[in-house]
Order: sequence, then C-alpha cells, then structure tokens
Amino acid sequence: MSEILRTENINKFFYEPDPFQVLTNITFRIQQGEFIALVGKSGSGKSTLLYLLSTLDTDYEGKIFIEGHAVTGLSQDSLAKFRNDHIGFVFQFHFLLPEFSALENVMMPALKLGKYKRNEIEERAFEQLKQMQMQDHARKLSSKLSGGQQQRVAIARALINEPAILMADEPTGNLDSANSEIVMEIFEDICKIKGKTIIMVTHDNDFAKRAFRILELVDGKLMI
Amino acid sequence: MSLSVNLSIARTHLLSRKKQSIVAMLGVTFGIAMFILMISFMKGVNQFLEDIMLSATPDIHIYNDVKTDYSYSIAGDYFRDSNTWTIVRHPKPKQINLNIKNPEAILADLKKDPLITAISPLLSTQVFYNYGPVQLNGYIDGVHINEEDRLYSLKDKMIAGSTQNLLTSSDGILIGSGLASKLNVALGDLVTLTTPIGTTMQFRVVGIFTIGIATIDNVKSYVNLSNVQQLLGQNSNYITDINIKLKDNEKATMESGNYLKKYGYKSDDWQTANSSVMASNLIRDVLTYVVSITLLVVAGFGIYNIMNMTIASKMKDIAILKAQGFARKDILQIFLTQSLIIGTMGALTGLLLGFALSYALSRVPFPANNSFVSLKYFPVIFRASYYAFGIFFGVMTTLVAGFMPSLRASRIDPVAILRG
Repeated sequence: MSEILRTENINKFFYEPDPFQVLTNITFRIQQGEFIALVGKSGSGKSTLLYLLSTLDTDYEGKIFIEGHAVTGLSQDSLAKFRNDHIGFVFQFHFLLPEFSALENVMMPALKLGKYKRNEIEERAFEQLKQMQMQDHARKLSSKLSGGQQQRVAIARALINEPAILMADEPTGNLDSANSEIVMEIFEDICKIKGKTIIMVTHDNDFAKRAFRILELVDGKLMI
Repeated sequence: MSLSVNLSIARTHLLSRKKQSIVAMLGVTFGIAMFILMISFMKGVNQFLEDIMLSATPDIHIYNDVKTDYSYSIAGDYFRDSNTWTIVRHPKPKQINLNIKNPEAILADLKKDPLITAISPLLSTQVFYNYGPVQLNGYIDGVHINEEDRLYSLKDKMIAGSTQNLLTSSDGILIGSGLASKLNVALGDLVTLTTPIGTTMQFRVVGIFTIGIATIDNVKSYVNLSNVQQLLGQNSNYITDINIKLKDNEKATMESGNYLKKYGYKSDDWQTANSSVMASNLIRDVLTYVVSITLLVVAGFGIYNIMNMTIASKMKDIAILKAQGFARKDILQIFLTQSLIIGTMGALTGLLLGFALSYALSRVPFPANNSFVSLKYFPVIFRASYYAFGIFFGVMTTLVAGFMPSLRASRIDPVAILRG
C-alpha cells in the first residue's frame, strides 16, 4: 500500500480571544485505502486538524503532503483546484445548495472540474445517486429532502470527481440512528469496494471502532 | 466549462428570489428611463432654441462697428514741440459711414470659400412705420431676397404672399406678422416708412412672415436692397452687413476670426452673438447629467444593498462551493454576474421605458396659446448615442455597485462558516 497523506510537525494557534495552541507537533501517515477515525473530546482539536488536512484552513506551521504533493504554501486558487480534484468533503450539516436539485448538487463539482462533458457528468452523477439509493429523488430540490437523504446526496457529491480521499466532519452527528447506520455502511462500502481513503471525525465510539485505525487527539496532541 | 457552471449558479440564485431581483432591476430601469427622457427632452429644448436662434442669427455676421481712433489729435500735432501734455476731453467722431468699403471684392473673395453655402449682403437701417399719426419704431433690411432665403429659409416662414413677389415689384415689402397686425395691414396694403435722415417712402405689402421670435416679428421688414440704398440716398454698392451661412456651423468661431484678419471688419459668429442662449444650453446639459447620475447612484445603492443581503444569506453556499473547489474568482464571477444581469436587464428595460416616455412627451401638444412660440409639441430628440450612453451608464453603475459585495463574498473564510 502506498502512502496517501503525511503530516510533519503541525502546530496551530488560535489568537482570539487569547493566544492558545490548538495542535502540537502532529505527525502521522495514512496509507491508501485506510478508514481512519479521528476522535477526541470536544475542543481537542480534531475538527481543526481535519480542516487543515482538507486544505481549507491554511494558517498553520508544519507540512502536509497529499498524494505526494506538498500542499502547504500553495495559493488559495491552486488549493481550490486541488480540492476539486483530490478531496471529497462531507459535513455534519448536509450543506447542499438549496435552490438546486439533488442531481445538480452532485454534478456541480464535476462541472467545475470540467473533465467530462455535461451529459456524461449527468450519467455519472445519476450513477452515484443510485449507489446511495437516491435515484428516485434525483430531480427533487435538495431543500425538499430529509436530513438522511441530504447526507446521502452530499456523499454522492463528495465522490463525483473520484477523489482519493474522503473527509467527513461528524457525518452522523446530525442524523438519527437508522440514518447514521446507513451512512456508516456506505462509508464502509466506499472504503472496501472502491478502495477510497476515508478520514472521519467523530465523537461516537461505536462508529469509531468500525474504522481500520483510530487517531485520538487529547488536548491537541496525538495519542499513539 | 467552469464559466458555464458559475453562470448557471448565478442564474439560479437570481431566479430563486425573483421579487428581489426585479426590485433591484426596476431601480436601474427608472434611473436609465429618466436619463433617456431628460436628455432627449433637454437636448430637444436646446435644439429648438438653437434653431430659433439660427433662424434670426447668421452663422457669421460681418459688419462695420462704430469705432473711432482717438489716439491722434490735431491739438497734439499743434503742441508737439513744446513741453506740454495735450488732453482732449469728450472727443466726438466726425461724419462716419457705417458701410463696408469695397464690398464687391469681399463678396467675390467669400464666394471662393468652400466652407460657405450662402452669402447675403444687406443694408439695414432703423425706420419709423407710420400708422396714421403714430410712428412705430423698427428696422428694415435691404436684401437680395434669394440670398437671404438661402440663409434663413424665409420661404418656409411666409404666412401670406411669397418672397418671389419682392423680385417682381419695385416697391414691395415683406413685413413681420406682429408688425402687420399692429399696423393693421394685409397683402396689397400700403406702408409708409420714415428714415432717421428724414426721407419717406411708401411700400406695398407683398408678403408676411413669422420667424417665431416676437422681438423680430414685431419690428422687422424686408425690402429690395436698391430700395434702401435709394431711401438713404446712397449709391448701389453701399451695404452695411454681410451675413454668411456655413456648411458646418461649429466652425463659425474659427472662420469669423479669419475674416476679421482678412477684411479688417468686425466679424461675429453665432455662438458669440448668442452667448446667453449657449450658456443656458450648457446649464441644461449639466442639470440633465446631475439628475441622471443621482438617479443612477440611488439605483446603484439599491443593487449594493440587495447584493449584500443576498451574500449574507448565501454564506453557507459560498463556503460549501469553496470546499468543493470553487476558487475566489469563481465566487466573484457568480455574484458579479448576478449584478451584471440585473444591470443589463434593468438598463435594457430602462431604454425601452425611456423611449416610450420620450415618444409620449413628443406627442404632447405644447401649451402655448400665442403664436410667438412656433412649437406644436414638446421638443424631443431621438438619438442613438443617448441610448448607447444610457446602457453603458447602467451597466457601469451595477458593475461598480456589485463589485464590493462580490469581492467580500469571494474572501469569505469557509472554515469559519462550515464549523459554525
């Protein structure tokens, strides 16, 4: 297995309201195809770390390599392009664009990437929704869907550009147990069948145990 | 590809809040419509006044100004060698003639000028129109009527008789309409004139004209040049003025300067002669632009507000788009496109509304119940350049108004929003 993500000595500070070190000397490696659960108590810095790994937050010390690319120090625009191509993101709150249909939401990152023609993208998006059992809701406005349905659409969207890494911030945090179970099963399938790497932040120990490996943060330090 | 995604997002945003978009658009619509209406009307008024003015003022007027050289005095000559100051108080001119010397040569020379379309030499003098025992003050111009007609299109201004009648009668007179009604004369009636030097002559009315300016129609008459020469006891090359019409009257100032140098006679262009009218034209132009720009700035603030509100309500969407890999310039494009669409649609409907309003105004009868103002409808000018300027103005306003909010949107930090 090849290495897909590596961090070197990450330190992160918050300056508001008081200077405070959130992350201290975080160094770890993730292999391709791993399912990582990032756990820790509230305020331990797990979400902060995930946003650093996702390249959305660029205000840190240390280095991050994704698929062999050093992403630290890249411009905002090249990071945006990099995210579009290499990283899928699922949030705690579904975060679909409410004015668009489920299908359009899924298609959007692919249209932005522009690798395929529009009708091909539509087919692929429909295929993704089908794998999430959401094909019957493809044409509905995303704001008309239930929370569990929206989260499944969001996962389909995260996968549309075939990213190497899927990052999830408390993906089940806002769902009932039945829907949480569905999401977890989808994640396991994505990892096992498609060989995607998943990094999931969660505070639910039962779900964390289903991952290959657990990274635990305590007060901004990585427990091994 | 990415452009079309951005456009479709912009379009969806606009369509999902139709009411707001339309309100923002109407702001621009009214701004542009008022601009079109105001500029068409104001320019129409300017044009009307200029036309009226030019129907009474030649492009260039060459004449012999009263000007006497007092630097030389015969008393000075007498006392030259003694050590004295010579001061002559209140000198008066001796007999001077206000005619233009050697007019044939000047006229022949002017005829060679390719910029000139018509030249009318004339002899003008003050007269009294005798109305029974009453004497009305006024003046007559002795002209070659065909030349004068080419300058002012007099034929169109005749309300009775014709200019040609003057050529076929030895004592014909064309009389202003106001003057005709004061003197209570009609075609074929006799009018008696007295000149300042005391000569009197009778003319027969062969035409009545209306220029549209009361101060002219009430006092002016035309007769043949030879009649006035005879009336003043002068010979047949005695003229006082040369009026000139140019192909392009914007060149009048330059040309009149040339004539002054060339012939040594005072030479007024129409803009100088009517500087007060030109000044009020300028004021109207400035007023039009001030009011229009104010309206557009107000519309711009409307767009600015609505874009700010939109962006405030779309923070989450912006963050999610950024997380998915939309760059700053994509976000900028999405929101700038929205304000541009609002601006372009607003400007286009504004042009239509502006055209409709100015067309309507141009069909409103002018409420003048006297005949002094020869105006049937409100004067309105339709010119493509105003419409081009209007759309340019509208689009620029929305671009500027939409730019700040859009730039702010593109700088939103997605982490802060996604983490809640």
